[in-house]
Amino acid sequence: METVSFRRKALDRCMKALFCVCAVLVILPLFVIFFDLVIKGAKELKPSLLIDLPHPVGEPGGGIANGIVGTIVITLLTMLWSVPTAVLCGIYLAEYGRGKFASAVRFAADTMTGVPSIIMGIFGYILLVVPMKRFSAWAGAAALSMIFIPVVVRTTEDMLRTVPHHVHEAALALGIERWKTILYIVVRTASSGILTGILLAMARILGETAPLLFTALGNQFWQTRLDQPIAAIPLQVFTYAISPYEDWHDKAWAGALVLIAMVLLISLTARFFGREKK
Amino acid sequence: MESVLEVKGLSAWFGGHQVLTDIRMDVGRNSVTSVMGPSGCGKSTFIRCLNRMHDLTPGFRSTGEILLDGVNIQSERIDPVNLRRRVGMVFQQPNPFPRMSVFENVAVGLKLNGKKLTRASIAETVEKSLHMAALWNEVKDHLDRPGLSLSGGQQQRLCIARALAVEPEILLMDEPCSALDPVSTAKIEELIEDLSERYTIVVVTHNMQQAARISDSVAFFLLGELIEMDKSGKIFTNPSDKRTEEYITGRFG
Repeated sequence: METVSFRRKALDRCMKALFCVCAVLVILPLFVIFFDLVIKGAKELKPSLLIDLPHPVGEPGGGIANGIVGTIVITLLTMLWSVPTAVLCGIYLAEYGRGKFASAVRFAADTMTGVPSIIMGIFGYILLVVPMKRFSAWAGAAALSMIFIPVVVRTTEDMLRTVPHHVHEAALALGIERWKTILYIVVRTASSGILTGILLAMARILGETAPLLFTALGNQFWQTRLDQPIAAIPLQVFTYAISPYEDWHDKAWAGALVLIAMVLLISLTARFFGREKK
Repeated sequence: MESVLEVKGLSAWFGGHQVLTDIRMDVGRNSVTSVMGPSGCGKSTFIRCLNRMHDLTPGFRSTGEILLDGVNIQSERIDPVNLRRRVGMVFQQPNPFPRMSVFENVAVGLKLNGKKLTRASIAETVEKSLHMAALWNEVKDHLDRPGLSLSGGQQQRLCIARALAVEPEILLMDEPCSALDPVSTAKIEELIEDLSERYTIVVVTHNMQQAARISDSVAFFLLGELIEMDKSGKIFTNPSDKRTEEYITGRFG
């Protein structure tokens, strides 16, 4: 009796330890990446990084200010048309989508989520860069939309499906039209979940590099026009990192640190909204 | 008594399954009518026909006429949205809108009904509705709290206030007390009696004692058929149909 019980307890402990080890393995990369970035990026993490344009090799100072602004511009541009499109499409799928068309949309969105992001870049190149005969913020935003929209469509749909049926019924029974019921009551009920989905998708596109390579291209200078090549942090990091110069490498690390800090900030905001209930 | 609702030969199906068979019933203005019967007898299906809540249920089909002030509301030409503004509904589970305050819960029907109303007139209607639902005194100091923070009985009265705010003529109540404790139930029953001075009320219940306490007329449903409908006093003391007698004496159900 006693030996069996001992063995069972030991096995139980072993299994528990295994689960814990795997959990640690999952969060470990985030910490390793973050601390490695902090150590290697700290050297160049100074005000000039955030306010200066890139300087030529060898010249001290220089930063990624245009990249930071460019990333914000491209991200906002992407969200300007992607948020309404994706949310309304999610509403369609959750509230009206029963037939074959809806299944096709769902399947397409799921497939799009798995398509390698460089393909979105190539697609943006063919669709916008070639006809417009120039790289541009527009093309970058179009490529990022193709990553952003499918993710938000599916999270919006999932969040709307968590709204209990009795909420719909209560609203309809008050003589509220169906579209108003959906837009003002059902969406409102699911709003924190939808917002969380939008923020997480935003964090995702913030760091995408491949779709921008053939579309936004990158720029060493300020760019105020949306139909011209524009800088972005990931592109700038890429440029710095593949260069053969030591001081550019340091700037690449610092740029990466800025990028991951932005992503972390957005994720934390998303968590904050996701937790707030009722 | 003047009839406000006349149901003529109403039958209903979910897919191939018939749930209501040839229901005929008159509902008097400003009276309380109870629809009682064992579970699955079609009583909920029946009152949900009265405000066309089945419109969005796939596979639902119904025949026959339901006349509201002489107009057939079964007709394709009747807009269910307008109908539901005249025929309000309270559900079995209290269902205040999540993420909305007590005030917003009552005001939302008015705001989304497309009429241009001033802030003051909305506030006035909200207060009036909460008074009518006998909830005002309990919530007047925290109208901005979430509707879901109220107790179950308060939530149900909030739902009644919400329905009254759009000023319906008829109030349908689908087992409004079955999820509530006895004290809350007593409050709602008292409220039903008060409201019947101004509204026509149709209540679904599977609680015979409740039907006896609150109603002017009682309709007894069994397996999708209306077995008998009569004055409340008559049905519980001297029913004409044997099945009604068996049900109220507890032989089945």
